[in-house]
Amino acid sequence: MNLSDQLLQYILSGLSTGAIYALIGLGFAIIYNSTGIINFAQGEFVMFGGMLGVYFFHKQGLALPIAFLLAVVVTALCGVLFERFAIRPLRRPTPMNMVIITIGGSIFLRGVAMIAWGKDTHVLPTFSGDEPISFAGATLLPQHLWIFAITILLIIGTKLFFSHTISGKAMSACAVNRRAAGLVGIDVRRMIMFSFILSSAIGAMAGIIIAPLTMTSYDVGVMLGLKGFCAAIIGGMSSGLPTVIGGLLLGVLESLGAGFSSGYKDAVAFVILLLILFFRPQGLFSRGSSERV
Amino acid sequence: MQRELLKFALFAALVLVAAPLYFQGGYILNVLVFVGINTMLAIGLNLLLGFAGQISLGQAAFYGLGAYISAILTTTHGFNPWLAMIFAALAVGALAFVIGFPILKLKGHYLAMATLGFGIIVYIVINEYVDLTGGPSGFPGIPNLSIGSISFDSDMKNYYLIWVATLGVMLLAINLTRSRIGRALRAIHDSEVAAQVLGINARLLKVQIFACSAMISSLAGSLYAHYITFVSPSTFGFHFSVELLTMVVIGGLGSIYGSFLGAALITLLPEFLRAFHDYDIIFYGALLMIMTIFLPGGLIQGGTLVWNYLRNTLGGKGGADA
Amino acid sequence: MLEVKEITCVFGGLIALDKVSFAIRQGEITGVIGPNGAGKTTLFNIVSGIYSRTSGQILFNGRDISGLPPDQLARLGLVRTFQNIELFGQMTVLENVMVGLHTKSHCGILACALKLPWHLAEEKRIRSRALELLDYVGIAELAEQSAASLPFGKGRLLEIARALALEPQIMLMDEPAAGLNSRETWELGELIRKIRDLGVTVVLVEHDMELVMDVCDAIVVLNLGQKLAEGTPRQIQDNSAVIAAYLGEG
Repeated sequence: MNLSDQLLQYILSGLSTGAIYALIGLGFAIIYNSTGIINFAQGEFVMFGGMLGVYFFHKQGLALPIAFLLAVVVTALCGVLFERFAIRPLRRPTPMNMVIITIGGSIFLRGVAMIAWGKDTHVLPTFSGDEPISFAGATLLPQHLWIFAITILLIIGTKLFFSHTISGKAMSACAVNRRAAGLVGIDVRRMIMFSFILSSAIGAMAGIIIAPLTMTSYDVGVMLGLKGFCAAIIGGMSSGLPTVIGGLLLGVLESLGAGFSSGYKDAVAFVILLLILFFRPQGLFSRGSSERV
Repeated sequence: MQRELLKFALFAALVLVAAPLYFQGGYILNVLVFVGINTMLAIGLNLLLGFAGQISLGQAAFYGLGAYISAILTTTHGFNPWLAMIFAALAVGALAFVIGFPILKLKGHYLAMATLGFGIIVYIVINEYVDLTGGPSGFPGIPNLSIGSISFDSDMKNYYLIWVATLGVMLLAINLTRSRIGRALRAIHDSEVAAQVLGINARLLKVQIFACSAMISSLAGSLYAHYITFVSPSTFGFHFSVELLTMVVIGGLGSIYGSFLGAALITLLPEFLRAFHDYDIIFYGALLMIMTIFLPGGLIQGGTLVWNYLRNTLGGKGGADA
Repeated sequence: MLEVKEITCVFGGLIALDKVSFAIRQGEITGVIGPNGAGKTTLFNIVSGIYSRTSGQILFNGRDISGLPPDQLARLGLVRTFQNIELFGQMTVLENVMVGLHTKSHCGILACALKLPWHLAEEKRIRSRALELLDYVGIAELAEQSAASLPFGKGRLLEIARALALEPQIMLMDEPAAGLNSRETWELGELIRKIRDLGVTVVLVEHDMELVMDVCDAIVVLNLGQKLAEGTPRQIQDNSAVIAAYLGEG
């Protein structure tokens, strides 16, 4: 392999992990925009998706598509329960106690996963074989294509949801001004619950499609969640294209970083996170006031 | 003022005399040393979170930096441990002061994420800079502290050493919170704008208290390193920052004694729940959520409520009898 | 002593203030009035450093203070109170005033933590000065109560005492009579005069016309972000443009 091939290889694999970060980032942004909460448990939804996929496929012997679907549904249910029992009861929500509660929720979910499925790492089979595909001198796995395809579908899907359905528009309204949305008759509580369902489901899908490549275990949620958050921050907390680009950018930078030093690979995301928060807290792409949804 | 001093003196006497006599050394003493270290760390975080209202999820990083700076200076470079400890605290304080300006410009969730990111970067560096830190396998052979010919090489001696330090930090923290600085911090917590309008340089004060809190953590880290004589990165990860957060929240935000209660509970609990070893993280998670929802003032507030209730009902009865 | 020069403030597409200029004379009580949405509170927030202006200049004793942060302005002698009083609810009434004395005390973190002798002396001085101030506004007997438990009227007095603690040269009061009953408003008027007689220049944003006409030496009228008129209470009462603006709004 010559240098440019190698570079392409890094970029391609970076894009596929980046797609995952993008999905997780969307999950953060959707909840943030409808509630003003940064959900520290977002990464655990991703982990749950992967682990439930493993559980339904290996333990229950279900067909992969069914296991996929069930994992997403069950994770979304967890999202609902989390909102109902941890977020809603809070009488005086402040950013500080929201941080504490969602952190509490994230450790709790991690603990549940550890007890339910142990501390081992698990793997899902790839969706359609392991035959590598050559692409301009670099190699791709079919799973990479699955990741790209599902990510693109999900992004288009959420875009359509926000711009073409009543619920989606109502959620956008909540994002712009929650009180005003409540005043014009939008059921803000339901929208908040919706946003939890949506982002936990998207998170779960991200967790399942990445599981065949990176393996999964009860503790993968922390890092995935934080990197997804980094993607959302690069994108200025938008639940649209900027966050997706943020995720892809992060994935590629990380992959190139790993080319120099694999040990410091994980630090890339956090250095970027700090730089963005310090110098461009409104995100990389928006000018001045941040646009959302 | 006098009553406060009396309360503290009673607490100190209890800690210093009763505990080791009762437990007669051994394993539980080791746990009690950790209660001391964790109390110190929790107080550091509480100054920031409970008084100034600023969250930090990177406290474990300052703790780790203190431990590693002490370890490297004494073991690799042959420094006097006490000097190394002071140097570590100053260096970590300076680092916190410098990063404090951009970090504490952020609020709420963003502040939490930024401190978390900082903590993880430090953790990765400790893990990867193998030449300096020994990497994931740890850093052995750190000397015990000593004064003259007394070497702090047993649990009992370290118990006294570390608890004297902890009580010192506790007393200083109590003094601080009852001074103009403490009032200014609480003012910032309540309303930053109102505090600024009264001439308080909120930004500088937040950074100063962040640096103080980092120095306390560093001190705890140095004491830890010299007590255990071995440090490894896994002690200073994100999960430990969360554990500290749990201690502070459970004990009571803004209460120095609460920090002790929280630290004691979270440190002792796993020892009592040994049979359910793996369940402890579920327990922390549930505790964090339940306390924040139902008892945001922590155990200290709960205790006060129960105490007042008892006093009122008992007092009421007494009145009726008479 | 305070000169506002062509201050403009734009939020998005909305022009909240459009080239507003006026001057406030030392030792006077100046009222800033105008219908809702006139830009009074925005003006206050800009002068006190909480919002940033789009363009224009503010001079304080001849010095350009535009864009300085609120804490620096406070140390220069410019303080303000808030429309919906911003007390520190976790603290006692006395402690609230002691926070106001922050800039009048100087012990650092170390001196405070170590309880050095000069810190103790300073603390004692702050405490007795704070009690004096509470006595001055007439709520000394509430010193040990929690600030959150105060009735609104008393809270207003506490906020004024806290602001006076800074020994300001100029005090901006944002709707001090809002939420007060007529007796309390009358007492407030007396207090404002007392404060002026201490040598503090007072600027009021106020809706209560009776109070404004009663205590103010000069009045500035804003309407829709622009200065409509300026003069003595008598002149303002006779100003047809002002009357039209108020009637038009009503």
